[in-house]
Amino acid sequence: MKYVSRIAVGPVQFRIGSEWREPVAALDRLYAAYPRDDARPADATVRLFAARPWRRWLRPSVHIGGDFVVPDALPLPLSMGLLAAEMAMNLQVALGWRRHLLLHASAVARDGRALIMSGQSGSGKSTLAALLGEGAWRLMGDEFTLIDLAGGDALAFPRAVSLKNQAIAEVAARVDPARLGPLMTGTPKGDIRHLIPRADAIAAMHQPVRPALLLFPRFGGETAIEPMGEGEAFVRLTEASTNYVALGEAGFAALTRLVREVPAFGISYPDSAAGIALAEQLWAEATQ
Amino acid sequence: MTDRAYRAAPRGALRIEPLGELTAIFDRRSMQTHLVVAPLPEMLALMGDGPCDAALLAKRLETAFDLDDVEDVRARVAERLAELAAMGLVAAA
Repeated sequence: MKYVSRIAVGPVQFRIGSEWREPVAALDRLYAAYPRDDARPADATVRLFAARPWRRWLRPSVHIGGDFVVPDALPLPLSMGLLAAEMAMNLQVALGWRRHLLLHASAVARDGRALIMSGQSGSGKSTLAALLGEGAWRLMGDEFTLIDLAGGDALAFPRAVSLKNQAIAEVAARVDPARLGPLMTGTPKGDIRHLIPRADAIAAMHQPVRPALLLFPRFGGETAIEPMGEGEAFVRLTEASTNYVALGEAGFAALTRLVREVPAFGISYPDSAAGIALAEQLWAEATQ
Repeated sequence: MTDRAYRAAPRGALRIEPLGELTAIFDRRSMQTHLVVAPLPEMLALMGDGPCDAALLAKRLETAFDLDDVEDVRARVAERLAELAAMGLVAAA
């Protein structure tokens, strides 16, 4: 690989190689404030390569590779190299990480405790975390949350937040433009723009916090709160975990502990302001 | 239906964790997680170490939970035992 970079996000050290300069340069810009240790061995390797050597010159398109490869990973045009890099980084973590229980969930922290939000794409978990992270909360991550297998603490994975579609304008209005990446339009996920987390979130990314509240947000519809039993939360989180099965009994133990110790709710909300109000209300009740 | 006898999983093979209305069972032999509802956890708890058929298990359940309609309980216990066997949580004795 001609261009190589190393990025540490939470406990994961990435090595990213590309045949083009652009995606690596864009990543280096987004992750400039993250701690960097080039001597540390990589936990996950990401490769962005051309489908055919000559395509690099004719119609550059980025294919995704690494320790794990999904056969249908999309080739993306070079202008979306940053998106390809992000997808590849997610993929390597989702498929390869074994040291913690990995939840497909966003998380924010306050007073040493964590609010974890799990949901499908479009549930708003990423936008809610980004907006909370601009207020009194520390952003832990918009995509993955790691749960310590032995102690049950939540660990941050504060990659650059992937803002999509309407969330872009909503967040862009509140932050310093220097914290935003390039706008990528017409990607397979719509419009995407990355947000660099606040400096305090990056500085605190190695601090574990105790989970205090689990939310399963659903964007759209009337405001509603639905208390969720331990069993349902367990089932939903097994579905939201990419490595639950691989972890065996350690994953089972960590997940049963999490749903027993932490109250869980499903929430529906028509807009971000309502979602934030629900999160703040339930947080106040859970931590009083 | 013939009243087949089954045997509980060896001690230590299952990790059983009640989670509200559901019970999560981790089978250390297959590494599989099973989610079950009443009366399956109660049945597993009353299997004992020796061979156990539906009639014997129904009697234990009746005693433990003060149930009536013995025949109906026995028939349903036989069905549930077959389901537990299909999940690998009990084995034919």
